[in-house]
Amino acid sequence: MPSLRPSPRWILLLITLVVLLYGVVYPNVDTIATSLHHDGHWSPANYLALLSQRLALEAVFTSIGVSVATVILCALVGIPLAFLFERYSFPGRNVFATLAALPLVLPPLVGTVAFIFLCGESGILARVVQRALHLQEPPWSLRGWGALLLFHTYTMYPFFYVLAGAGLRRIDAGLAEAGRSLGARPLRLLFKIVLPQLTPSLIAAGLLTFMTSMASFSAPLLFGGNVRVLTLEIFTARQRGDQPMALTETVILAAISLVALLLFQRYEGTRKFAAAAMKGAARRYRPLGTGSTRLLAFIVGVICSVGLALPVATLLLVSFARDGQWTTQTLPPAYTLANYSRILTQRSAGEVFLNSLSMSAIAALAALLWSFCVVTLSMTMKRRVSRRLLSLLVLVPWALPGTVVAVSIAEAYGEPSLLLGSFILVGTFWILPVIYFLRFMPLVVRALQASMEQIDPSLPEAAGSLGATWWQRFWRVTLPLAGPGAIAGTLLAFVIALGEYVASVLVFVPTNRPVSIAIASELRDFNLGSAAAYGVILMAMIALSMIVAARLERSASV
Amino acid sequence: MPLLVLHNLSKRYDLTPAVKDVSVEVERGEFFGLLGPSGCGKTTTLRMIAGLEKPDSGLINFEGRDITSLVPEARGFGMVFQNYALFPHLNVFENVAFGLRARHKPKSEIAERVALALDLVQLPGYEKRNVGELSGGQQQRIAIARAIAIEPALLLFDEPLSNLDVTLREETRGELRELVGRLGLTAVYVTHDQEEAFALCDRISVMSTGSILQTGSPRELYVHPAQVSVARFLGRNNLIRAMRLSAMKSELGEFKTLAGGHILRLPVRTAELPPLNQPCVLAIRPEQVLISKEKVEGENAFAATVQEIQFAGATSRLRLDANGLIIEAFVIGLAPGVVGDSCTVTLPPERIVLLKE
Repeated sequence: MPSLRPSPRWILLLITLVVLLYGVVYPNVDTIATSLHHDGHWSPANYLALLSQRLALEAVFTSIGVSVATVILCALVGIPLAFLFERYSFPGRNVFATLAALPLVLPPLVGTVAFIFLCGESGILARVVQRALHLQEPPWSLRGWGALLLFHTYTMYPFFYVLAGAGLRRIDAGLAEAGRSLGARPLRLLFKIVLPQLTPSLIAAGLLTFMTSMASFSAPLLFGGNVRVLTLEIFTARQRGDQPMALTETVILAAISLVALLLFQRYEGTRKFAAAAMKGAARRYRPLGTGSTRLLAFIVGVICSVGLALPVATLLLVSFARDGQWTTQTLPPAYTLANYSRILTQRSAGEVFLNSLSMSAIAALAALLWSFCVVTLSMTMKRRVSRRLLSLLVLVPWALPGTVVAVSIAEAYGEPSLLLGSFILVGTFWILPVIYFLRFMPLVVRALQASMEQIDPSLPEAAGSLGATWWQRFWRVTLPLAGPGAIAGTLLAFVIALGEYVASVLVFVPTNRPVSIAIASELRDFNLGSAAAYGVILMAMIALSMIVAARLERSASV
Repeated sequence: MPLLVLHNLSKRYDLTPAVKDVSVEVERGEFFGLLGPSGCGKTTTLRMIAGLEKPDSGLINFEGRDITSLVPEARGFGMVFQNYALFPHLNVFENVAFGLRARHKPKSEIAERVALALDLVQLPGYEKRNVGELSGGQQQRIAIARAIAIEPALLLFDEPLSNLDVTLREETRGELRELVGRLGLTAVYVTHDQEEAFALCDRISVMSTGSILQTGSPRELYVHPAQVSVARFLGRNNLIRAMRLSAMKSELGEFKTLAGGHILRLPVRTAELPPLNQPCVLAIRPEQVLISKEKVEGENAFAATVQEIQFAGATSRLRLDANGLIIEAFVIGLAPGVVGDSCTVTLPPERIVLLKE
């Protein structure tokens, strides 16, 4: 669009290049370079050392194994649910459809804590079973592979549910009707028409799940038991001061995630073909006919809804429990508002929220401004290759596990260097906002990009033909139309940053602790009620932001 | 001097040429059409006039000034888009006022001119409406009001009626023509609909695969298409392949049809004559073909049988076989006779056109 070109393009280019260079390229290249140094020389010694250590190598394979198993389990849960809830109508459908995405916005640490209260060996469910069967010991322990996979499935199945559901919604119902008119039976339709069109969505969901599972940290930390995954190994290597090992493992984890990202980008592009189809027959929810299938579907819906809501409900319950009182009872015996009043009145507790709020707000606002730079720039880019490279670089920090981002930023900006002079981030207030910004700005960029792409290109053109200059077009047409989507994306980045734990735990400054660190330390001191109360307030803030975001998105789509 | 001159405009997308050497002159006050099938380059040409696309080569002159590389906002042309491109976040008033605000007009003048523009499109009092709640036809009128509110030096239309249903389209067509004429505006109108172009335009350029085939008034184009593709595109036509014979009798050229071997005579200017014994194409409109049940003697008359009769209400369409030469003929009302009847077909010499391939 040459008409949109006369713009302060070089300023955008400069900002974009500086942020990408300092935020994405330099830290990662520096990390790789350092991992290839041993005793001041270039050498692969660190990698050789890692290969010779059985435990480290085991961590690599365990991480991949856990992730593959997670993908399979999530697919097994998410895809059938998507078919059930996207295709049929029955009582209870809407409740589930609303709750389905809940685990996506649950901060991993809060989810982990809720899971421990619910399913842990001294959790509510275990106690109920123990009481009912009169057992001496708790019936299970929430440790190891089983616990990890259960939690991963709970938190990551929405990727499959949401993407497969969206894919199903896009599939032209007319195609299935055409297939039936040609004599295909339902099973044949499923395998020859529906699934092939769904494949890109499913592959994208699988890769997302894989990346998220590779990055998972809180769950292995709190109930992984002796399951050693890479994120955990990097954390412990840093804790014991083995910097080379931490960096080497970081590079390996980053490499695996980046491969997944490249594959993801490839399949994401092909997702559009279903949408490109012609306008077809209206898709309807098929009402389930017979009484027994209706009942079965209803029961599945209720179980799923309860399963989804139970951890959150548990957290809410425990947040009212008096610290130190809940020992062997099934449910906490004494309830109090003390946990909340302490958080709301005590200065140190309130400060924790202020820290998280201010750091997340700084990161989210910076991400909003930056996303306008990137998206405007990418829209003026003529060459496909450079557009793809830009979007890939923007996505890298999102695809990299939080552990990797934190370690590489800490490595790159930990001591004075030639490129940066005496610029140091580690140990300052700014390190966490910077990391939050890097990790979550891709969400804002994607949201803005999506809403920009939805703007009919003839609108800015019409504005141009009516005499509006570049700035007038931006302020009066592009911004009002793309703004709500961008703000919704910004709020999403904000809420995820609010509960961030993985990266925070590696580099936080004691004078500037975010909420997640406070939750973890309350948990360590067995102040279960306080930990839960922190979690509930965090979730309330998240819920509020999500409601605002949903409002904005709805108003934008009108 | 013409108001708008396009001089050898060319534009390619990647490697495929979209517009090739297009040259057009539009007079002041003229309603000028660009007509062609989809993908023929007519919209690209219009977008280059608007400044939304930059030509790879060629010049655009407006009022004698070279505006080829002028940005769209500096041209002052009003444009009506195919999908109307109304701003969904602004109400009717703000949509129509958009161009006036961009020109920083005083408040009172804006209100006055918006009201006037809405009056002209017969939607007075719609200022506060949301554009989303308007019908297609109303949105279309608002799009026109928005374009004329800036008192454009030139009005550009990109298939503005194609999203309306048939009756509304014909109604709006008349109003549009009347409005543009009343305001004394010059318009360039892009359409793929021949009937629409004929009803609206003073002159039309027929385009195909990026080039202009022929420019002329609707009548000229219909009666004297210069090329086979123009004749094919504008209404039904009998295209008859024939060969010129050496003999010349008075000012009539003599041709022999390849199918049927009939001799056809038609007036031809010597300059237009195709080489001897080379196949060429003659055209005659179905409604110009004469049929009679009786045997008729005369120029270009020969015996035929009725092969097919299609009843189409006001007219009947006949397919006639004259010894292998298939001729299509339209007659008013019911067809004389039934399938299988023999009759005489006459192709009046002055109605036959010699075409370039």
